[in-house]
This record gives sequence, structure tokens and C-alpha cells, in this order.
Amino acid sequence: MQAFEYASPKSVQSAVKLLGSSWGGTAIMAGGTDLISAMKDGVVTPKRVVSLKNVKALDQIRASGGLRVGALATIRQLLDSPVRQNFPGVYQAADGIRGEQMRHMGTVGGELLQRPRDWYFRSGYGLLAQHDGKSLIPDGQNCYSAILGNSGPAYFVNPSSLAPILIALDAKVTLHGPSGQREVELSKFYQTPKSEDEREYVIKPDEILTEITVPAGSAKTATYEIREKEGLDWPLVAAAVALQMDGNTVKSARVVLGHVAPVPWPSPEAEEALNGKELTEETADAAGKAAVSKAAPLSQNGYKVQLTRVAVKRALMRAAKGEA
Amino acid sequence: MATCKYDWPPEGHRGLIGKSVERLDGPHKSSGRAQYTYDTNPSGRLIAKLCSCPYAHAKVTSIDVSAAQKLPGVKAVLVVHPAGDEIQWAGDEVAVVAATTEEIAEDAVRLIKVEYQQLPHLVREEDLQKAQQAGRTKEGGEQTAGDPAKAFQEADLVISEGTYGVPVITHCCLESHGSVVEWPDAKSIRIWSSTQNVSGSPGQLGQGLRLKKVDIEDNNIETICNYIGGGFGSKFSPDRWGIEAAQLSKMAGGAPVRLMLDRDRELQMAGCRPSAYAKVRVAAKKDGTLTAWDSESWGTGGPGPAGHPPLPYVIQPPNHHWKHTAVLANIGEARAWRAPNHPQACLITMSALDDLACKLDMDPIELLKKNVNLAPPVLRRAYSEELVKAAELADWKKNWHPRGDKTAGHIKRGMGVSMHTWGGRGHNSTCNITIRPDGSVTAQLGSQDLGTGTRTVIAITVAETLGLPVDAVKVEIGTSKYPPSGASGGSTTVGGVSNSTRRGAVDARDELFAAVAPSLGVQPADLEAWNGKIQVKSDPSKCLAWKDACAKLGVKTIQSTGKNPGPCHLGDSGVGGVQIADVSVDTETGQVKVNHIVAAQDCGLIIDMKTAESQVYGALIMGVTYALFEQKVMDEALGVMLNPNMEFYKLATVGDFGEFTVHMMTGPGYDERGVIGLGEPPVISPGAAISNAVANAIGVRVPTLPLTPDKVLAALEKGAMA
Amino acid sequence: MRRKKDRPGKAGPEKSAFTRRDFLKGAGVTVSGGLLVGGTVASAAPPGSEAGFVGPGAVPVTLRVNGKVHKLNLEPRVTLLDALRDRLSITGSKKVCDRATCGACTMMIDRKPVYGCTVLAIEAQGHNITTIEGLASDGKLAPVMEAFVQHDAQQCGFCTPGFVMACTAYLERDQNPTMEEISKNLGGNICRCGTYWGIRHAVLEASKGMKGGAHGNV
Repeated sequence: MQAFEYASPKSVQSAVKLLGSSWGGTAIMAGGTDLISAMKDGVVTPKRVVSLKNVKALDQIRASGGLRVGALATIRQLLDSPVRQNFPGVYQAADGIRGEQMRHMGTVGGELLQRPRDWYFRSGYGLLAQHDGKSLIPDGQNCYSAILGNSGPAYFVNPSSLAPILIALDAKVTLHGPSGQREVELSKFYQTPKSEDEREYVIKPDEILTEITVPAGSAKTATYEIREKEGLDWPLVAAAVALQMDGNTVKSARVVLGHVAPVPWPSPEAEEALNGKELTEETADAAGKAAVSKAAPLSQNGYKVQLTRVAVKRALMRAAKGEA
Repeated sequence: MATCKYDWPPEGHRGLIGKSVERLDGPHKSSGRAQYTYDTNPSGRLIAKLCSCPYAHAKVTSIDVSAAQKLPGVKAVLVVHPAGDEIQWAGDEVAVVAATTEEIAEDAVRLIKVEYQQLPHLVREEDLQKAQQAGRTKEGGEQTAGDPAKAFQEADLVISEGTYGVPVITHCCLESHGSVVEWPDAKSIRIWSSTQNVSGSPGQLGQGLRLKKVDIEDNNIETICNYIGGGFGSKFSPDRWGIEAAQLSKMAGGAPVRLMLDRDRELQMAGCRPSAYAKVRVAAKKDGTLTAWDSESWGTGGPGPAGHPPLPYVIQPPNHHWKHTAVLANIGEARAWRAPNHPQACLITMSALDDLACKLDMDPIELLKKNVNLAPPVLRRAYSEELVKAAELADWKKNWHPRGDKTAGHIKRGMGVSMHTWGGRGHNSTCNITIRPDGSVTAQLGSQDLGTGTRTVIAITVAETLGLPVDAVKVEIGTSKYPPSGASGGSTTVGGVSNSTRRGAVDARDELFAAVAPSLGVQPADLEAWNGKIQVKSDPSKCLAWKDACAKLGVKTIQSTGKNPGPCHLGDSGVGGVQIADVSVDTETGQVKVNHIVAAQDCGLIIDMKTAESQVYGALIMGVTYALFEQKVMDEALGVMLNPNMEFYKLATVGDFGEFTVHMMTGPGYDERGVIGLGEPPVISPGAAISNAVANAIGVRVPTLPLTPDKVLAALEKGAMA
Repeated sequence: MRRKKDRPGKAGPEKSAFTRRDFLKGAGVTVSGGLLVGGTVASAAPPGSEAGFVGPGAVPVTLRVNGKVHKLNLEPRVTLLDALRDRLSITGSKKVCDRATCGACTMMIDRKPVYGCTVLAIEAQGHNITTIEGLASDGKLAPVMEAFVQHDAQQCGFCTPGFVMACTAYLERDQNPTMEEISKNLGGNICRCGTYWGIRHAVLEASKGMKGGAHGNV
């Protein structure tokens, strides 16, 4: 790890002042598990680290009506909060983050902002995994790569466990910058970088994510992950659903996929296949099929198409059953 | 009854042997007090870091370490590969830096300027043709027995063909490779080394240093290893890193230098289990009698040849032919990985036999039973009994079904069987036993405890022989100053140390009997040591408590030396083992869940049942791991390992398997064979048993490990099309 | 830097105002008076200052480990794990993956389990740090340690301290774990020898033992 200056301001305002206006020079640290690992790998080499540890009141969770989660609330806090009853899909997503250490250290804000796990990126070949002017992914080891939104130049998958369900619930994030605060819909928070100068989200280098807000609602929610290991591991694919129901009929559905594209991937195709239909195994399966209708797998990740289809179906059935 | 004086006590006369005794160093480990090499912090200790080559194959054209040398805190910089040297795998160090802190050492490494000329590389070997076209193959051996060509032509045969394989995996020892080395004076070296070979290490280090023109006598090298955080066959020498650390220490005026590999280097170059892929044809008569085998296998163990899988494994059809091709790949060198080459051979053979059983419409256990006479004679009885026992414990009759679970739903259940073998004869070992007049007892050996329970086994052996409780024996191992004992590899340690210890302890005991006999008014031969007393065999009421007996020594201390090999039959070689796996496969997702594994294992006379069972439990988990998760993932374009970390080099966690049933074969037929090693055998079969169980569940073979969702789904798709 | 041997009974030839222990582990250790031995002098204001930042050079860092206060002089980039292991010779927590994955470095901060490899030492100031060395009191094994011995939940033992810490922290939260919960909550630790079978049983056993509330100090 390269040397850096360290600051731990007490307010968001003073934290913002310590940040640079371009990527790379400064980094914000919350739980630290991802940032410090990436710094050790030399993937990021900030000259200054601004810790949010001493910023007060960023770790609150309020779950009456809607849901307001401070960016520094830990995964453990989220699991212990009333989301289990109010937003089972959020609980299930958080429950996919394994190991008490990670749950205690990892923050909700950090979870949304962690860098992709893509092994080319983590090996120092950049977000776009370019080598000699061309992407390493199509002919390389792409078993974990994107199957949607992968027309290039980015092939990594968004690593967040929480983003899909939060997007399905129309969450917004609050960003504080030098000129004040702004709210961004989480669905518009992530982007597919077109060059190495861009990041995978729209937050600016001198902005801090402080809060995640989910509006009150009565949607039935669920997250279903397909993973290799029971312990700490990143899912192969995940599906998050939020369903407005009228009896057994889907009034309106939100379906968002995780780990399949450079951004959390909303699936209007799956939603369309559900809206106005009775929720059964058959319609759930049809929605799964629709979700991957535009998938374009690479040489090694065709299996993720099938997994995604199944994850959507199972998430829907889990929501229908109201599993907590 | 004993006919030779060192013989193990017969059943009924054993106080400790074969019982479940808690690991002697358990409290040290669980409380964090156990000091490993990585924990060694002598005052003034410097930390060394590697400057590594990022390319798989390259020539160093220039190297400039001057800026690193000037950095404050840097005490020594050693160029390992000067300009002109060729590098054979990514991660190999071209220079090493020792500095006062880890941070300074890392900074210094970043200041080293190296220029390379990249050379063509090959890092992936699954495609043999590609490797051959690149000229990166070498003949790896060939053998024919009987007349396989003719045998395959016989009428009325059932012939099964298939391709099977196991990728390169790594050892991933939790304590990485490395050492802490110092020169206490200009002529001697003390090295704390994470090693499986305490006694052999000084000679290896001395030789390595002399090749580097560093003057040192082996005699003046002390190797210390009280605890080692995993080896699995990858830590038999101080390695070039130990030699480099010694050189750095010398350059830094003798200061202790700690050189432990970072995790990425550990996975890139400190452990490679060779891959093995094979095209197999195997034939049997309709009644299941195996007649012929033919296999063409290939695999890589790095840039040099790395042996071959012993095919056909365990069961050898009378007519067989195998041919192996070594692929020379630019990846870290092969190292022995727990049961070298056996898990690969086992997966290939047992998968082929299982596919053949399916074609024969035969229960695979029946097929193995039918052909058990094709196994080595010494193992036939064990296999026959183990097949029966394992089947019973797995409730095979009830749970097994012909290939393809026909029940409704997407969760399919299946059962698979495999069998394995290993040698495990005790290595050369010397043990010094001391009995002092105050009754204290010490056993000293230049051995090491890899976590297998070596300390505990030594203590039990001494305690059993002297009729004492285990905690009355002080076991001293872990330095080359003690009498030499072999490296801990190939399951040779338990046999080696228990046999040398037994011989030493019997001699010490007999010397004590001689000192005590007069006071009890009997001959020494009339005495026995039992339950903390030296007593007369025919009249146990005539006895002396241990301490009182030892007091008869006066000022004399008993010191005896036991060796292995030596007189009397205390150990043997050759064990068998049968494992049955019960799995569930989600056919929608390709996820495999191991519900249950039964392991029936023999290893002769068991000294400590508890640590013996632990070896088997541990091996099953290691087996589940390589069956389901592990592989060294290489990128051909870059020539680098993409998962040199513990996030994507996936190892099983506590919830990644169901139940295990371990049954150790003991009693008549097993005990009298004496002590035989156990570390390797139980890790051989899990891959094959699990793979066979998956095939049984889903109706098609997933040809290669690990059995990841992508491969399971691909096999299902292929099966559906067939 | 002068080199001294760290072997009992062999006093170095140098006469020094400092005891051998003060010299222990080379750069960065200060004696309680604040004198520096090795390393560089603090380059900026103390951490947490509203004035701005500290580093990148070494700064004074105070850590409270197992109830004992240690004053160090560290660069901000030094992790808590490295500070404990390399500067203070508190080596029960192991360095294995060094990337918040394997759990060998598990320790507790204010009784919560963390991966010490991804905590900056400077950030651990003002908190109670508990390592495995602080778990057993009066040389007596803590209940989890005892259960690990009893169920042979250890082989090479390198993952064991991390597992014991993770199990302890977990059982302090939940004293009636199910197997499924154990899988999830202890899924942040990796053993290579394959001791999970014993660990499962040890956790269940220890959960009984801990219901009496017998914790270590701090």
C-alpha cells in the first residue's frame, strides 16, 4: 500500500472540503474493507484518504413507513433493523453478505460504492480490462462477466448485493458536494463507463453519499441469489423484485438483476411479462425468460443466462410466499 | 502375545494406543500462544519484500536497484536475476529488499527499475493440441501390460469411453512460505522456517548458500519450526526465499530478516498441483470382469515435467496401456500436493469405471467388488470389507439408484463411490528418550507437527510404553538440534516417529526395569509398566509408583535412542480406503450440494483415534473444496494468474458441506500391520466420489473438476441433446 | 539501527537507558515518555483534527489492546493487524489473505468482530481492541478455546485464533445458533486443513458453555 495523508473530519461539510475534484487523488473511506484491499492491490492509489468514521449521525436507520439508511450504517445494523419485516427483499440481499466481520465492518454506503470484483480490474488492467488497445474479456476468462449491457467496452458486473432491491424499491441516494446536496435516484446512480477516465457511478469525486431513502410502500419484495459458496462470496447472479399486488394479480412489478451487467440491470421485459398477470410458477418462469431475452453471453458465461432466468423465477416465488 | 521386544502391545494391553486423546498442543493453538515462523519477531528484525516479474516468460534486460538502496530504512537489496536471466513464470522475484518496516520495503520495491524482453508463453494446457503446436510438450511416460489392442477386440465386450480431468490447483497454505533468518555470528545461521523438514533443512540451506558463494557449514545452521501453518507437501525445503533471506541478513550485518510470501506470490508460485486430463477407454465382459484399459493423459506441473498420474488407478485390468504427455507451461513449479498424482488418477479411473458400470447396467459397488482381485493383493481384504462397511453406513441399498434420479422436481439426488490407496511407510527417524531420577520423561526428535498430531502421537507412544499418562511426557520437536527425523511428507511421519519412539522408549523402560528389579526381588523380564507403576506381571501388588521407581536410578539418568527402521515389525506400507458421496444437484442452477460422505479407511494400528479421525474429516473437506470450487485460473493473453487471492481462489467454508461419517478400520487384520500413515489417503477419493454422485444424480457425466454451475449446466444441456 | 538479540539471558553488549523490551520490534515503538526509537518523527497534527489531515509520515498512535495502552508512531497506512503483529509482537491474529476474506486476522473492536487487515491502526484509536491474547484470563482457556480443543477443531492451527475470535463474537450475539446460522455467520473465516467439522461441534458446545456469561477481560 502506498503512503497517504489521512483525515477524519467530524462533518460532511468539512469532509467534502478535503476531497479533490478528480478521481484518484483522494478517496473516501467508510468500513475500509474494499478500499484498503484495493489500495493494497495498487488498484487505487489515493494520496489522501478521508475517513468518515468521525462524522456523526451517518449510521442511523429509520424504518417506519419508508426506510432511511445512513451511509455508515453497517450491514449488521441493517440486518438487525425492522427491514426483515418491512422489506424482506432488502433483508435477504443483506443476508447474502456473509461473515460477521464483513457485516460489522461493511457499511451500506460502502456496499453500494464498492468497486467491481472483476479479476482483470483487480489485477490492475483497469475497469475496461484493456490490453494492447483491446479488451481482454471476450477471449479471456469471462465466466463471471456481464451477459447484459455488455456490448463493450465494459464487461465487469456491478458487485452490489443491495443495489438491485433498493432500485426495485425506487430508492434515492443523497449526495453532498461542494455546492450542497442533491438527490439521485439509485436507478440512475450507476453508469457503464465508456473510458478509463469514467467511473461506474455518477457520484463526483468530491461528493459523499450520505443517505439512502426508500419510499413507503406495500410492495412484496424478495431477493434471490445464486452463489457458489455459503460463506463470504459474491453471487453469480441475483434477482430482486418488488411487486404491487392486487390479490394474486401483479398490478405492477419491478425486477432488477444483479451481477449480470456493469450496472444493476432493471428488466422492463420481465416486468411487462408480469404486469396484470396472476403470479404463478408459469408466469414467474415466463418473466425469467423475458428477463434474459436480450442477454448476449460471452464465450464462458452462457450459464449465467440460465441462472438469471431461474433467479428471477425464484425471487418472484419467494415474494409471492412472503418469505422473510 | 509379543514375540519381539519392541512389538506394539496387543489388544487388551493398550492403555492409550487407539483411544481418542486430545491434541497435546491444542490449548496452545486455540489460545493463540502457538508461535509460528510468521510470528517470529526477534529484536531488530527486518522485513523483506519481493520485486516480481509481471510476465510469464521474459528475459531481464536491465535492472537498477540504486534508488531502492538509497531509500532510508532499506538495509539490503539483493538482485536475484541479473540482466540476461530468463524468467519462467509471473511472480518470480528478480530482486529482494530488506528494510526496517514492511512499508519501507514495499516502497523500495516500487523504486526498482527492471526492463524485460517478453518471450512467448503458454499458461493453459487443457487443449493438448495447442500445446503441441506451440512445441510445449514432452513425453511423460508410457507403459503396456498384457495385450490391450487385442483385448479391446474381443467379442461381447462392453466398452466405455470418456474424457476426464482435474485442473491445476494450489496448496494455499494459510501460513505462506518463508522464514526468518539471522546470522548470530559470522559463521552461523539461525533460521525459523515454515517447513515440513526440520532436520533436512540445514543441509538444503547450506548447499543453496554455497552455490551462491556464501561460506557456511551445515553444522552451523539451526532450523527451528515449532508450528507450521500448513504445508500439504509444498514446504520440504527452505526454498530460494530462505536462501535469499539468509543472503539479505548477511548483507545487513546479520540482522534477522523475515521473508514471508504475500498471498498473491504464495498462490502464483509456492504451490501447484499438476493438472491431469485423460481420454480413457475401458472394457469389461458383460458380467463386469474388467479386461482392458487404455488412456492418453496430459497435464502440466509448470515449466518442467512433473510425473504422471498412476493409471489405471488401484484396479488394474490385465491388459492396459497408458501414455502421458507433460505440457510445459509458464506457471509456478509443481510441488507435491497431499497424495501427489493420486487424486488426479483416482478421478480419472473411478469416473471411467463408474461410466462403465452405467453402461453395464451394474451397481458400481458391485463392479468394484467384482474386480477387487485386480487391486494389489495386500489391499484386497481391506477393500472388500471397506466396500461393505461404507455401503452399509451410506445406506447404499436404499439410497442408490441407476444413473439419473427419476423423481420429479429440479433437485436430483445421487450417490457415488470411489476407492484409493497410498503407501505411508514410516520414514527414517531417531528419537532420544530421557528418564530422569525425578521421574520426568522427555522425547526429543528433529521432527515437526504439521497439525497432524505428531506431538500427540509421540507422547502417546512414550506414555503407553512407560505406563504413564500422556501429560507426564515432555515432547520436544521442531529444531534441527534434535536427533534427525524425516521430512513430513507422503504420510510417513506417524510411522517414522512412533516406531523410533517405541524402540527408544522400550530400551529406556528396560533399563529402568533393570534398575528396579532388585528392589522388587524379581528379574527385569518379570516387570511391566502400567498405570503409573512398575509392577510384577504375575503379582501386580508388588510394585513401585513411577517416581519411586525412578528414584532407584540414584544420580543416573537413562538416555536411550530409538531408530526407524529397526528391529521388530512396528509398521507397514499400503492402505486402502473407500468413500461414498451423497449429493443433491439443482438442475436449474447447476449447484451441487454434498449431503453426506462416508469414509471407510484403514491405516494399520491407530495411535490416536482423535487426530486420526481429524485427518479424515479434514481430507474430506479439502476434497469437497477441490471437487466443487478450486482452480488456478490463468489468462493466456497476459500469462498471469487471475485469482491469486482468497476471494476468487475459492475454498470451502464451514457451511459448504453436509454430514460426514468416518469409519476407521481397526482390530484383527488391521492392527497387527503396525502403524501406517494416514495424511494422504483420505484426500484422494472425494473428487471421484462426488463426481460419480453428480453423474448418478443428473444422468450425465460432468467431465472435469471443479463441478461448478457452468459445467454442470453444460453437461445437462449436452445430455439433453444426446 | 543497532541490532540486538532478543534472547533471554543474553544481554546485549550495548549499555542503554532503555530496557530490552523498549527496543523490541524495531521502528515505531515509543517508550511511555514519548521518546522515539527508530522511525520518523510525527509530521503533522494528531488524527481527527478538524484542521485537516495527518501523514503521510508517521504520527503518534495510541492503541488500547487487551486493556493495555500502547503508544506507537505509525504512518496512516499501517493496518491494525501489522501494528499489532510487527510493532507490538501481539501475533495471535494471523496475516493470511490480507484482503478481508479469510478471517485469520479476526479481532474485536469494542467487542465486535473485524478483519484487522483492513482496519487502519490510526482508526482504531479510542476503541477497545481485543485479540485472542485478551480472551483467556488467568491462563485459563476461554470456553470457545476449550471447545476447540475438545472437538479437535484445529489442525495446523493457523486459522484457529481467527476462528475462535469470530466464534466468540458471534456467540456473544447469539447463544442458540442453528447450523444454518453458523454457516452464514462464520462464513467469513477459512480453514485450509478442513477443521470445519470440529468447529461446528465446538461452536454448539461453546454456546452451552457461554450461556453463563463467562467472557474474557475487556
